[in-house]
Amino acid sequence: MSHSRLPSAFLAPGSSSFADFLGQQAPGLLPGRPALAPSLPPVEAPHGTTIVAATFNGGVVMAGDRRATMGNIIAQRDIEKVFPSDEFSCVGIAGAAGLSVELVRLFQTELEHYEKIEGTTLSLDGKANRLSGLIRGNLAMAMQGLAVVPLFAGFDPDTHAGRIFSYDVTGGRYEEHSFYSVGSGSLFARGSLKKLYRDDLTPEDSVTVVVQALYDAADDDSATGGPDMMRRIFPVVAMVTSAGFARLPDDDVAAVADRIMSARMQRPDGPAAPLT
Amino acid sequence: MSMPFYVSPEQQMKDRADFARKGIGRGRSVVVVQYADGLLFVAENQSPSLHKISEIYDRLAFAAVGRYNEFENLRIAGVRLADMRGYSYDRRDVTGRGLANAYAQTLGAIFSSGGEKPYEVELFVAEVADRVEDDQIYRLTYDGSVADAQRYAAMGGSSDQVAEHLASHYEEGLDLDSALHLAVEALENDSTATRTLAGDRLEVAVLDRTRPQPRKFRRIGQPVLTTMFGRSTATDEAAPGVPPPESDDTAATTDTAATTDTASTTD
Repeated sequence: MSHSRLPSAFLAPGSSSFADFLGQQAPGLLPGRPALAPSLPPVEAPHGTTIVAATFNGGVVMAGDRRATMGNIIAQRDIEKVFPSDEFSCVGIAGAAGLSVELVRLFQTELEHYEKIEGTTLSLDGKANRLSGLIRGNLAMAMQGLAVVPLFAGFDPDTHAGRIFSYDVTGGRYEEHSFYSVGSGSLFARGSLKKLYRDDLTPEDSVTVVVQALYDAADDDSATGGPDMMRRIFPVVAMVTSAGFARLPDDDVAAVADRIMSARMQRPDGPAAPLT
Repeated sequence: MSMPFYVSPEQQMKDRADFARKGIGRGRSVVVVQYADGLLFVAENQSPSLHKISEIYDRLAFAAVGRYNEFENLRIAGVRLADMRGYSYDRRDVTGRGLANAYAQTLGAIFSSGGEKPYEVELFVAEVADRVEDDQIYRLTYDGSVADAQRYAAMGGSSDQVAEHLASHYEEGLDLDSALHLAVEALENDSTATRTLAGDRLEVAVLDRTRPQPRKFRRIGQPVLTTMFGRSTATDEAAPGVPPPESDDTAATTDTAATTDTASTTD
């Protein structure tokens, strides 16, 4: 650390937002700055793919596949795209991987910073709104093909329920009900979730539902990675309940994935939903 | 036109030191005690929301005595410095020594500059490590001097008596419970007449190295403290030997409204 007096900006009364402080003191550290000249061709960079989330009674579960792609190349097989944003929320990222990871780091610091300065945590809606502000700051990069599209979910202590928020590249924030998915395989995942989701899911069942949805996404979307049985790489699954954020141990996810795989050996399209 | 009086630099520094010391002497003491699983902070504090003890970063905590607006200012600057450092480098690169240095430079510069009133504050910056012997406690005074404390430390109005009590009763490897009782006893022995401190007049937090989360700071909530040390009654307030309530806390106008800390409410 520097061995000089704290700059006066550090001692000045001001906002409890870390991103605002960074914007004034070190704008170069913000993700997506400086903005690229608009005439440049789209930048090739690794992209993360599919994130799914589903609520259950008393919480929410979020899962992400492990693949990052760059054009037709698999850039990474074991990337992690689901992160805790603070103790009672999590964020999953689809889009430009490098920028997304940086944005998540900024978002994590932003929430922690607020909590330390104000001595209290933001409401879940407050956190969701802060995230949309951060995404909006990245709009110039999104126009260059480096969009960041996160999925945010958390436990709301006021309603004692899990809630899911989706975003668009302009920072638009939309609350989703029951389940949602983002990323290149999201259409297939959402179709799968529609058929598998029900209101009385247990936390364990909801884990199976999201892993099934990721399997269906990987089945039809080349950019989404399915369970990698040879390398034993499985989706990252996180759960947020009144007890806080918890990432499921890899062994537990592996057991769920193994069960799904053996069932799909019999019926490759997955479980059949009743017709009526 | 009047001629300014000549004041020797020695006299000027002495005056400024006396001024700062007087302000600090009015406040109640804060102690930090090392126990087997981390570092324990105990402050006497009537306000449940105007904290004297706070989290700075994963392994760093801050405690202060003196003028509320001044140490709150330093606390926020410390949080900004630590968050900025951790964001631009890595979380592991935020160290207690770095933070203590920044505070020391700031306090020293303010103390020796003629234009500003010296800060009437004393600070602890403490860092918990994986091993007991690597824990760090820094004590910073109003003039920017830094002292490296071992095992326990006290600061504030009657820090000498409190430290004396700690010195004669401290043992290595205390568990949290006994460390807490020792710290409260030490605060109760801050004058010739021993007082009894009730749980709702205490502010207690730990840097707990056994906490699985990266953030090791945890407050010990009011319910636990009132179970352990009882609730203050009217007779407590009127007991002889109790100095009048601290003026610094009541004079503060801003209320950070910090009643709960989700990272730290569970015990």
